[in-house]
Amino acid sequence: MALLQIAEPGQAAAPHQHRLAAGIDLGTTNSLVATVRSGRAETLADGQGNHILPSVVRYTADGVVVGEAARRSAADDPLNTISSVKRLIGRGVADVSSLGSELPYDFVRGESAVPRIRTAAGEVTPIEVSAEILRVLGRRAQDTLGGELSGVVITVPAYFDDAQRQATKDAARLAGLHVYRLLNEPTAAAVAYGLDRGADGVHAIYDLGGGTFDVSVLRLHRGVFEVMATGGDSALGGDDFDMAVAGWILEQAGVSRGADRGTLRHVLDQARSAKEILATQASTTVDVELPTGRWQGSLSRAQLDALIDPLIRKTVHTCRRVLRDAGVSPDEIEDVVMVGGSTRTLRVREMVGEFFGREPLVDIDPDRVVAIGAAIQADVLAGNKPGEEMLLLDVNPLSLGIETMGGLTEKLIPRNTTLPVARAQEFTTFKDGQTAMAVHVVQGERELVADCRSLARFELRGIPPMVAGAARIQVTFSVDADGLLHVEAREQTSGVSASVAVKPSYGLTDDEITGMLQASIEHAQDDMQARRLVEERVEAQRVVEALNAALASDGAELLNTAERATLDQALQRLVDTASSSGDADEVEAAIKRLEKDCEFYVERRMNSGIRKAMAGHRVDEFAQEDGSKAD
Amino acid sequence: MFDFSKNYFELFGMPAGFLLDAKELAVRYRELQKLVHPDRFAASGEHSQRLSLQSATLVNEAYATLKDPLKRAQYLLVLKGGESDTQHHTLNDPDFLMQQLELREALAGVRAASDPHAALDRLLREIGGMIQSQVAQLAVQFEDSSPEQLAAAREAVQKMQFLNKLHAEAEAIEADLEEAI
Repeated sequence: MALLQIAEPGQAAAPHQHRLAAGIDLGTTNSLVATVRSGRAETLADGQGNHILPSVVRYTADGVVVGEAARRSAADDPLNTISSVKRLIGRGVADVSSLGSELPYDFVRGESAVPRIRTAAGEVTPIEVSAEILRVLGRRAQDTLGGELSGVVITVPAYFDDAQRQATKDAARLAGLHVYRLLNEPTAAAVAYGLDRGADGVHAIYDLGGGTFDVSVLRLHRGVFEVMATGGDSALGGDDFDMAVAGWILEQAGVSRGADRGTLRHVLDQARSAKEILATQASTTVDVELPTGRWQGSLSRAQLDALIDPLIRKTVHTCRRVLRDAGVSPDEIEDVVMVGGSTRTLRVREMVGEFFGREPLVDIDPDRVVAIGAAIQADVLAGNKPGEEMLLLDVNPLSLGIETMGGLTEKLIPRNTTLPVARAQEFTTFKDGQTAMAVHVVQGERELVADCRSLARFELRGIPPMVAGAARIQVTFSVDADGLLHVEAREQTSGVSASVAVKPSYGLTDDEITGMLQASIEHAQDDMQARRLVEERVEAQRVVEALNAALASDGAELLNTAERATLDQALQRLVDTASSSGDADEVEAAIKRLEKDCEFYVERRMNSGIRKAMAGHRVDEFAQEDGSKAD
Repeated sequence: MFDFSKNYFELFGMPAGFLLDAKELAVRYRELQKLVHPDRFAASGEHSQRLSLQSATLVNEAYATLKDPLKRAQYLLVLKGGESDTQHHTLNDPDFLMQQLELREALAGVRAASDPHAALDRLLREIGGMIQSQVAQLAVQFEDSSPEQLAAAREAVQKMQFLNKLHAEAEAIEADLEEAI
């Protein structure tokens, strides 16, 4: 439970047991895991000393291979080797077919909204493929740290929509990882940079990865990172540069579109290495084996620039829009931070530098900076740094709305609203005696529902029969700190709460996830039980320590004698259960019970903390504060 | 529980009024979020997490309301007990409405102007100036707070709604023009 961690400066919080936590950058091309050790955030290497894990998974009849070995087999075994799965996660069958011509996989046409890929090891979903990558990274962290991870922070592109975020979280669940928070990649990079420099002010983070693009503008103020606006394209990245170069190669070689999968893979690989060479050289030779024979040619940096300029220009347009949303001009930006492997391409740095009118920062390894920021945040979220000032306030990247008459969208939560947020909307019936109604939730900026992304459809049922227009159904849409949507509904006049069954348009249902989980843990049942008992006991110990520390600091002030006695008794009950019981469920229930008994005390502590914080202010304390204007 | 019955000004410990110190509001907002944000409770129990989520949501809503002059004015009208729903009132100011029509026509003609950017820039500045003048009037009207002044404030709020909408439309056209470059 851990009571509220409100600690006065200089006052020790609970005696601390360090929780193991990690930050994971689940990238389109490469993935990394990082953790904070002895106060320093660092990425972790595998047994061979490699930090980067290529985000490639190969399915064979004998098992699953993840990483470099899988990547090497991509050209020979394209159907069973899944790379860039991040482009597929949280997307529907229809989206995939629009990307389809570029994806060398064998998709199964089924009734599920989630695309399935046929492999030698059976059908797999993008969520399962991602889970394989996460599992390897989670294991690497546990091996390095020598213990169970209590939680992880996984980074996602800021521009990921609800379905993509939910799918990422589901993948972590499948991999057996507890997700503290989904963190936006540019924000993670800002954390890694900001804490390094302690630079207060407005910053822009330009993050161009293998398959996704984000730009965020944020204000850093005494440890608080306030995202002002964000934008991007969750299907634009270095992969598209490769695709453009590959297209050029095939055209030069006189091979028409529709090259077979193996060839396409081979040409893409050559295109990628040519692009990488051109980051340091003015020209390079390209040498490819095609069904029509061998083709050789040279590619200059100027030719590469001409091929990718239109793509980079798209990102610059997005930068302009984000600055407008943030209400700042380019010259108000203190630093432009470059993140993501694709910012190694010189033309990208050039054009971005031109737009912002300053040299972009590239001094932290653009591949690692996101994982490092995630690790710092994971350490804070685990509660390892009591009294920590750092706080990340992020926004929703896309407007959230509902479908109204005529296929139009009504926006409920505009883009760039600080999270968490909740907005209520009232609906009514249009027919006499109507007891149900359908609600369609969409995400996007366009007027027409058809141009927005469908998030979920649900039906409000159990509305008491009334004349048309008499029922008043309040539906509350809320977006939590992970950027995930929740829906609640209530009929106001009768007080009947209508049931809401949200059916994600492009996700797995809870049952599907549970099924996958069961399949994966069937063998490890006994291990699981033993592990859970240890975990619950550790948790119980933490709860006891936290409560003791809280009572010592303000128990006398906030509790009367009778209340104090009740809490002491409840505390002792948990101590007894944790030491005597051999059943994880029992210990868990005891923790829950103590938490329930403490509720009133937790609330009093929160209120008392807020009262103190707000009462202590005088105007002159703020003389040096930032220049944010509210008119 | 976190005291959800407090009004937004009380929540931030600031005097309820239209004029308010934006810098201090921002400082107090960050302080409040440092205490209640879900990131502070990521490793805590369900109850604490739920409480934190609700509190942080309320603090965000309060901040968004207080820092925006129009929302702040609307909120103050509610607090002052008057009818807040200005949408069902018709604005009875023919001069203002006529001016709105003219501005709309000017906006519609911007794309065809010889220098659309300059024309749009002029319009944006004009609308911005009109919004500022409503804000200045609101400051005086809320200071006085007599029923007559509050009625006038309600009218000013209605005008600001018109003007903000127009400003947003002008900005959308500006975005379009920039994309076309």
